Amino acid sequence: MTGLRLGYVPLIDAAPLIIAQELGFAAEEGLQLDLRRLGAWAQSRDMLGAGLIDAAHMLVPMPIGQALGLGPRLPAADLVMFLSHGGQAIAVSREIEARLRGVGHGFDFADARAAGRALRRVIGGGLRVGVPFAFSTQLELTSHWLAVSGFAADEVALITVPPPQMADALAAGEVDMFCVGEPWASFAVERGIAALLLPGTAIWTAPPEKGLVLRRDFTEERPDETGALMRAVWRAGRWLDEPEHRGLAAEIISRAEYLDLPPELAERGLNGRLMVCPDGELRDSPGFVAFNAGAASFPWRSIAALIAQRIAIRHRLDPVPAMARAMAHFRTDLYRQHLRPAGAALPGASSRLEGTLTEDRMVAAEKGQMILRADGFFDGFTFEPPAAASSPN
Amino acid sequence: MQKKLLIVVVEPDPERAKSIVDGLHQAGEHEIRVIAEQTGLGRQVTALRPDVVLIDIANPSRDVLEELALASGSAERPVAMFVDRSDEQLTRSAIEAGVSAYVVDGLRPERIKPILDAATVRFHMLQRIRAELEATRAALEERKIIDRAKAVLMKARGIDEEAAYGLLRKTAMDQGKRVADIAQQLVMAAGLLNR
Repeated sequence: MTGLRLGYVPLIDAAPLIIAQELGFAAEEGLQLDLRRLGAWAQSRDMLGAGLIDAAHMLVPMPIGQALGLGPRLPAADLVMFLSHGGQAIAVSREIEARLRGVGHGFDFADARAAGRALRRVIGGGLRVGVPFAFSTQLELTSHWLAVSGFAADEVALITVPPPQMADALAAGEVDMFCVGEPWASFAVERGIAALLLPGTAIWTAPPEKGLVLRRDFTEERPDETGALMRAVWRAGRWLDEPEHRGLAAEIISRAEYLDLPPELAERGLNGRLMVCPDGELRDSPGFVAFNAGAASFPWRSIAALIAQRIAIRHRLDPVPAMARAMAHFRTDLYRQHLRPAGAALPGASSRLEGTLTEDRMVAAEKGQMILRADGFFDGFTFEPPAAASSPN
Repeated sequence: MQKKLLIVVVEPDPERAKSIVDGLHQAGEHEIRVIAEQTGLGRQVTALRPDVVLIDIANPSRDVLEELALASGSAERPVAMFVDRSDEQLTRSAIEAGVSAYVVDGLRPERIKPILDAATVRFHMLQRIRAELEATRAALEERKIIDRAKAVLMKARGIDEEAAYGLLRKTAMDQGKRVADIAQQLVMAAGLLNR
């Protein structure tokens, strides 16, 4: 057995790492995972950079921010696979909830256009929105949705709030709403502080949320362990995407040594059945969080470009070189090399037009055919990655 | 004569904060402020305009400071910068000790080093104390469980304490487990049976 040190932040989407260890997927690959619960995203980045952990559960935009030089100078780190899509929820204060209900909004937890329109009607001035990190899918989802809904950039303040503190920040009036990964949105509902307006998947059907990130020198010097880890985590994700496994998964990840929360809370997101307001209204949100199905774990380079372009514009960098730099950190080559032996379906290309699949679609794969998950945006937005970087890898 | 630096320590636990501040006082003449309250941290730090901010690497509020560091391009905010650009080894030992530092842009490395060294020493010490406390707590917990397991055996089998412990030890040895683990299982099983 080879021991590997893995850092994770306690959220439901840390499940692939926890399940890989707990259900023996890691052991099958000869690995013993030493899972380290971390308190901050910056901690994960720094510990990986200093070599104190071998791999990290990270927000997908984090390695992009690093690649663009928007962080401390640390050894190069690459995203080798996505760990999850979705899992985020947008929550508003009870006061905004009342105003939204006042204009007839029914909190269907599904229609991003209607929710955005209603929000625009009841918010006269600015809006302060809590997000977990400066480089996060939550920030990208929220800013895209609010912009399309008619909020000017200078009307929206995106404020970093650590997920466990989101409920308190909303209660204290520090923010008006927030977008956070589960179970922290449900936690705020449970405390009677928030109502859930939308899942992230209502804005972008397949928003890539977490990735497995390793230092580039580790993937080069220890290719066997890199591959073993990727396969263990990929199989854990496949196990997790069986609906009948989600309840057990909630039990396991909620244990004291992991999330340390009541399993009922983790179950809501994992089962896609969420309580949207403290009065107990329930909503089904199919596909609320996905780990593996429809090639969910394939780290499309075009997604690196999409996110890099947005980050570059926000931080006043030239988007063209930014996209090229970011794409080099999404290692579709390692994905192919290490997951081909596990039988993962591999797309023919590594870059594509993003946002075009309104439903799951059968496409040609490296071998035979495969199903790609739907990835449409609520407003029909599409993104064409730079052509130069659409290498065969 | 050098201008005094303003160092902000973000630490909710007053005991730990005091220890860190004491350590920093030995590193030179500086003005030191402690922020214990996590809400509105960004606002508090912005208002103080510190030269150095020190925070536990695992403190979730670090991510708030990251945002300030990123926003440092604009003129009205304090310019924060990551310390690693001055000295890689220094940063690594700081991370190992569990401290992270945000340093104002343009501060010379020779001014940063003594402060970070002092903080690293203190955080190392606090890390050790925390680990020792944790170990002591776990040992106490285990002793309690073993005592309860012994009591279960004494009652069920009519044996004395020494024999009960002997039985636990032998079972643990046979199964290649720790006495505390066997005791835990026994107490749990007894709890189920007596319900």
